[in-house]
Amino acid sequence: MHVPDGFFNAVTSISAGVVAAAGVAVCLRGARRELDDRTAPMAGLVAAFIFAVQMLNFPVAAGTSGHLLGGALAAILVGPYTGVLCMAVVLLVQGVFFADGGLTALGINITLMGVVTVLVGWGVFKLVTGLAKGQVVVAAFLAALVSVPVSALAFTLLFWIGGTAPIEVGTVAAAMGGVHLLIGIGEGLITAATVGAVLAVRPDLVYAARGLAKPLVLRGAEGAGATVGEPEPAPEARGALRPFLLGGVGVTLVLAGLVSFFASSSPDGLEAVAEEKGFIDQAADHLFGSWTLADYGEVGGIPVGVAGVIGVGLVLVVAGAVAYAARGRGQAKV
Amino acid sequence: MNSLEVRQLAYAYPDGTQALYGVDLSIARGERVALLGPNGAGKTTLVMHLNGILTAGHGSVTVAGTPVRKDTLAEIRQRVGLVFQDPDDQLFMPTVRDDVAFGPANAGLRGEDLDRVVKGALERVGMLDAADRPPHHLSFGQRRRVAVATVLAMEPEILVLDEPSSNLDPAARRELAEILRSLDVTVLMVTHDLPYALELCERALILSDGVIAADAPTRTLLSDAELLARHRLELPYGFAIPVM
Amino acid sequence: MGAGHRHQLYLPGGSVVHRLPPQCKLLAVLAFALVVVATPRERFWCFGAYAALLGGVALAARVPVGHMARRMVIEVPFVLFALLIPVIGLGERITVMGLSLSVPGLWAAWNILAKATLGVAASVLLASTTEPREVLIGAQRLRLPSLLVQIAMFMLRYLDVIMDEMRRMRVARESRGFEARNFRQIPVVARSAGSLFIRSYERGERVHLAMLSRGYSGRMPMINDISASVGQWGMALALPAAALAVLGLSL
Repeated sequence: MHVPDGFFNAVTSISAGVVAAAGVAVCLRGARRELDDRTAPMAGLVAAFIFAVQMLNFPVAAGTSGHLLGGALAAILVGPYTGVLCMAVVLLVQGVFFADGGLTALGINITLMGVVTVLVGWGVFKLVTGLAKGQVVVAAFLAALVSVPVSALAFTLLFWIGGTAPIEVGTVAAAMGGVHLLIGIGEGLITAATVGAVLAVRPDLVYAARGLAKPLVLRGAEGAGATVGEPEPAPEARGALRPFLLGGVGVTLVLAGLVSFFASSSPDGLEAVAEEKGFIDQAADHLFGSWTLADYGEVGGIPVGVAGVIGVGLVLVVAGAVAYAARGRGQAKV
Repeated sequence: MNSLEVRQLAYAYPDGTQALYGVDLSIARGERVALLGPNGAGKTTLVMHLNGILTAGHGSVTVAGTPVRKDTLAEIRQRVGLVFQDPDDQLFMPTVRDDVAFGPANAGLRGEDLDRVVKGALERVGMLDAADRPPHHLSFGQRRRVAVATVLAMEPEILVLDEPSSNLDPAARRELAEILRSLDVTVLMVTHDLPYALELCERALILSDGVIAADAPTRTLLSDAELLARHRLELPYGFAIPVM
Repeated sequence: MGAGHRHQLYLPGGSVVHRLPPQCKLLAVLAFALVVVATPRERFWCFGAYAALLGGVALAARVPVGHMARRMVIEVPFVLFALLIPVIGLGERITVMGLSLSVPGLWAAWNILAKATLGVAASVLLASTTEPREVLIGAQRLRLPSLLVQIAMFMLRYLDVIMDEMRRMRVARESRGFEARNFRQIPVVARSAGSLFIRSYERGERVHLAMLSRGYSGRMPMINDISASVGQWGMALALPAAALAVLGLSL
């Protein structure tokens, strides 16, 4: 599950470390806004929850089980900033106290499993709830479903750039995307069901679905009643989240663009996934669940990817347009 | 001046459930008072208002003449020592010493002064030997005593204990009673352990359905079987109020 | 998620390594891992020298071989993956004992195996000789943001509590004949996860309340601090310095 030392070259490891540090720094400020002085205990307990829940195995398909990555779940339950922080701390603790995940690969692990899953999960979630109001559970499913393969593809991309083994990026991306789409279904189902379960009992705890308060009633010992005071209005979705949402949408689109590009560059993508069936079975490993072997694809020649850059540029333009439109709409509302 | 004054306090949780419907009570300095009530009566909710953790939806709370408001919170929290029901909630630091030091350190104590306060508080609950151990290595009874010490280190005006006898074995229960009796502070003890209330408190209140339903000497209250039954309170099997 | 997560790695002891300030050890391990990762994979003997250096540290710290070996199980999935690369790899191939293997794949496998093993061993040594709480103090000394350190502190403090709750829920599920076998059982697992979240979150709120009750105003009071002498820094950084020297010699 966790990338060890030696998977990526030093330059990539350090660059990812810088990205992760910057992401965590942004989230430290953001989490303060989400949770105020509750940040340390709340994020600490949620991190412990994520750690524990990653040990819950769930069946994915015949004979296969996976466990939650938890990025999308964390984003939906406690908000994106706190979500990234919790994932980062879980990975930090796993790396330093349990020797799980290399210290030099910490940046890569936090970027892939913390920042990307949370960002993508949150982006998709906001997108879906924006299009279909109140569909929190459906949005949670889609958010988690998308976050897993995107994280896997980000890994592939990163490995292509700075991995220590040469890979055929198109084939590997198709295989990784396919396998993780399956795992993503499991992640999606359990995330949606978990969010649904929390929503049923403590709707106020679901970050993305706050509100609903009744006026107070005063009652004497005999039961005579009177209504007083209006409760404080539920806080609106905060404006500070907009950059996060836009970032999430942007990253999703960029990565989606990459997927389609790589998939088309490798027409036998589906066959490749089928050949990876061996991988899928081995992903059933109860301790290591969704990642392990399934993640790291295969080794091959060095790919040529000029068209990839054009694709990314195109997607960025689209993402920018969407972001601009969303911004305009947001301002109109204010 | 009363240690604690509560007037017409009402509160509803964010999920819409209303827990308090206008609570009135006052406790004089030096009194030990039991707050009795069945599960779900709103006892813990009331306790959360006493040091401003929850803010009153309606009504007021006054501690030693100071109203609980946003601008008085720091002072209020110094004066009201809350011992939580689950000591695991209260002991969040890596060692017992760090935990007891947390409150006084927030108040600005450092170095030898801090050490002295920590030592004093641990001595009063008989846990000085455990100072360097992590809380989760202690027994439940020991953890509850350390929880009391963390609050004593703040030298509060009023000690509020939420179900202090829950989950304790008989010996730990007796030891805690001895500690509480030895302290010279106002005590509000929230419990449904009626014998414990009788043992430690002269006066008792019954909180039922979010209002104070009775306020009398503990002995009188516990002798009124019909009143107790009406509020889902029961003396343990075979227990009789001892004759003075 | 390895079996190792269930147990803390820390081995109490009073060796030189145990007594070093945590910030020195943390930086030393990080620097060592960086040197290892930066070493070209063709320099076989360098990796041998690194392993010998770690062996020396383990000896000085009196960490038994068995302890190290058990804790390194965490690496197994990557060993399996590394062994698979040459088989499925493309590129130039050679035949070894009737098995056709990819040459770049073999190099990649060796690279990952050697570096990951050394990295895991160094981390296990750190975690075996340093109490978690000390590691956090060290991390704070190394200018890790204090909010992050606090979050990690709370996480470690409550990890056992949360895991216990999860275990109790599992026992409750299984004692009523539940077993996670297929899709249909996902709602059950999810309800467990949901109630675990609610319990964790509510405990977080209660912990926060307990902190507020004792005058917390958003900043943790610094009660403990461990400062390191130049000598201690020197001793700790001897490890990465030696590794760097080895690397330098090989170039």
